[in-house]
Amino acid sequence: MLRNVLNTAVRPTFSSLRTASTLSAGFPKFAERLPTQYGGVYTVTLIPGDGIGQEITESVKEIFESVNAPIEWDQYDVSGMSSSGEALFKQAMESLKRNKVGLKGILFTPISKSGHISWNVAMRQQLDIYASVVLCKSLPGVPTRHSDVDFALIRENTEGEYSGLEHQSYPGVVESLKVSTRAKAERISRFAFDFALKNGRKKVTCVHKANIMKLGDGLFLNTFRRVAEEYSSSGIEYNDMIVDNTSMQLVAKPKQFDVMVMPNLYGAIVSNIGAALVGGPGVVPGCNVGRDYALFEPGCRHVAKDIMGQDRANPAAMILSATMMLRHLGLDHIANNIASATFQVLNAGKIKTADMGGSSTTSEFTAAVIKNLV
Amino acid sequence: MLASRYFAGVARASSHSQSFRSYASAAPTAAFAGQKGSNGKYTVTLIPGDGIGPEISESVKAIYDAAKVPIQWEEVSVTPVLKGGKTVIPDQAIQSVRRNTVALKGPLATPIGKGHVSLNLTLRRTFNLFANVRPCVSIKGYKTPYDDVNIVLIRENTEGEYSGIEHEVVDGVVQSIKLITWDASERVARYAFHYAQTSGRKRVTAVHKANIMKMSDGMFLSACREVAKEFPDITYDEDLIDRACLQITQNPLPYTDRVMVMPNLYGDILSDMCAGLIGGLGLTPSGNIGRDASIFEAVHGSAPDIAGKGLANPTALLLSSLMMLRHMHLNEHADKIEKATLGTIAEGKTITGDLGGKASTKEYTAAIVDKL
Repeated sequence: MLRNVLNTAVRPTFSSLRTASTLSAGFPKFAERLPTQYGGVYTVTLIPGDGIGQEITESVKEIFESVNAPIEWDQYDVSGMSSSGEALFKQAMESLKRNKVGLKGILFTPISKSGHISWNVAMRQQLDIYASVVLCKSLPGVPTRHSDVDFALIRENTEGEYSGLEHQSYPGVVESLKVSTRAKAERISRFAFDFALKNGRKKVTCVHKANIMKLGDGLFLNTFRRVAEEYSSSGIEYNDMIVDNTSMQLVAKPKQFDVMVMPNLYGAIVSNIGAALVGGPGVVPGCNVGRDYALFEPGCRHVAKDIMGQDRANPAAMILSATMMLRHLGLDHIANNIASATFQVLNAGKIKTADMGGSSTTSEFTAAVIKNLV
Repeated sequence: MLASRYFAGVARASSHSQSFRSYASAAPTAAFAGQKGSNGKYTVTLIPGDGIGPEISESVKAIYDAAKVPIQWEEVSVTPVLKGGKTVIPDQAIQSVRRNTVALKGPLATPIGKGHVSLNLTLRRTFNLFANVRPCVSIKGYKTPYDDVNIVLIRENTEGEYSGIEHEVVDGVVQSIKLITWDASERVARYAFHYAQTSGRKRVTAVHKANIMKMSDGMFLSACREVAKEFPDITYDEDLIDRACLQITQNPLPYTDRVMVMPNLYGDILSDMCAGLIGGLGLTPSGNIGRDASIFEAVHGSAPDIAGKGLANPTALLLSSLMMLRHMHLNEHADKIEKATLGTIAEGKTITGDLGGKASTKEYTAAIVDKL
């Protein structure tokens, strides 16, 4: 399906107002300001992130260099390992606001209560990049326990369990607020159906727990159903499934899923199950899209501190996320070139990083992709 | 509603704050303390349930008779009755469970429509069923993409995301409250360590999302860490829910050495996911451990479409009953029946339709009895 999204995207005729593309379904074709571009070269904010971030973004930079992609990086080495990076984080945010488009690895979030809040979440909330898109597709060269898995996961990114509103009402009693709103449920549902339409998908499944959270998830589910009505003539089927059953079905019969849409936390869980079905975080690309901004990052958000600095990480997820970004900027020919080179390497099965059961290094993988570029 | 629940919570916490300290240093929570009756048998409440429930309960009874398990059943119905304008579980059933402290329960049909309180929820509240234990073990003879699963999940069962405290602030804006208390976290953590100790697992892993929910999941973790200090022979570690899902789905093998403990929602999702790994809810046992009683149950549906046809698969209820036997320290009987059951499935000659065989419930039961 990756190929599908990457290749079969219907590209409307270019107009000066159009800023977004393949994965822009759901957000309007105009923005207040276009992404930063000088002399045909786009400026894109680059935040490599913690863990393996530096290595896999280095891979993207090398590949972009070798195809001479018209992208200039505005790089910020923000790190969430300590809270002292706050100033740099602010600069990175300003850069993102200027450039509108970014590529990013994952920032570490401390578990301790005294640590800073998740900067990954802060970015999504502040930029209102509400739709997270994660693409899970089986790759012939990456054997797993399942085959022919092919679904897209659309996750609400800005509210729900990630509201960050918590308090201790009495010693030993903590309340954590999950905030669900109709407005956000509506726009994410709409995004999911628009995505299905644009990418030739047949079915949208709403994942929820409305049998228990009758009001919160009930609002999400009811809004989804109402939006679905508006797409009734498009022929796109829709259904809904409780999140625990969804995770059971995913590991047993993953082929029944096409497009899935869900609130924030379920998205975190389901995207990881989905990634595991197709070969892990190393091969699952993703992005976060909002009305004005788009931030591209690996779909399965892991810092992978355990293998950092060892040149062992699989850069495929990051490379593919970067091709989604190129497509978003209207640079399809370059995106196609890089994407097909990457798939060739993945499917040939000769250069395999540790997560694919091989022993190739990140640099070897990158070199192989560059060799396959036309 | 929010306010009243909130104060109730506070009141509960304060009234317990003294007792739980002493409780904490006492024997492991919820240990079975039943006594044999004059006939040398333990009495256990049996709730056959709806749909296929009566058939699969019959099967369990037949196997227990053949295996000479020292148990006599006290059958009760939990079909709601009207009392004071409300639908409630019959007193007789509640008293029976309270007296026997152990019950085996078949699937219950969920009544659709308003006014019905979920029966499972009522049972959970009535008997303070605080921990849901879900072992998932690959069954030889039933092929899935995973053949090396042996996972034990323990889920906090009384609060968390399923607190039921929700309200609509203004039109289109809903707040749902995830409630985490130290008492409940500590209690379930203690049971997890106790379970690890008695089942020979050397590690307890707490599953959480404390990088995002720093206070609530953070407190769950603190409670686990506190309890871990009392069990120096058991390794304790922590894992993010995302990572746990990823790792288990990719390769469940490393998780065979441990017990995983987690708040309500994560447990709900992970336990069903693990059930999916081994072939669904028809093969998954479940036990609810409580302060006042423990209820072991089949978590699958009541399958009204095949009810009464003699086609149902009693395995989940049977395996749940074996958890019950082990809870009652009747390990020998449990081992014997388990061996016969798994042997029958592994042979694959006399298995029910859902496992790909042609046998009826009765034939399957007879095959197990033959193997005893």
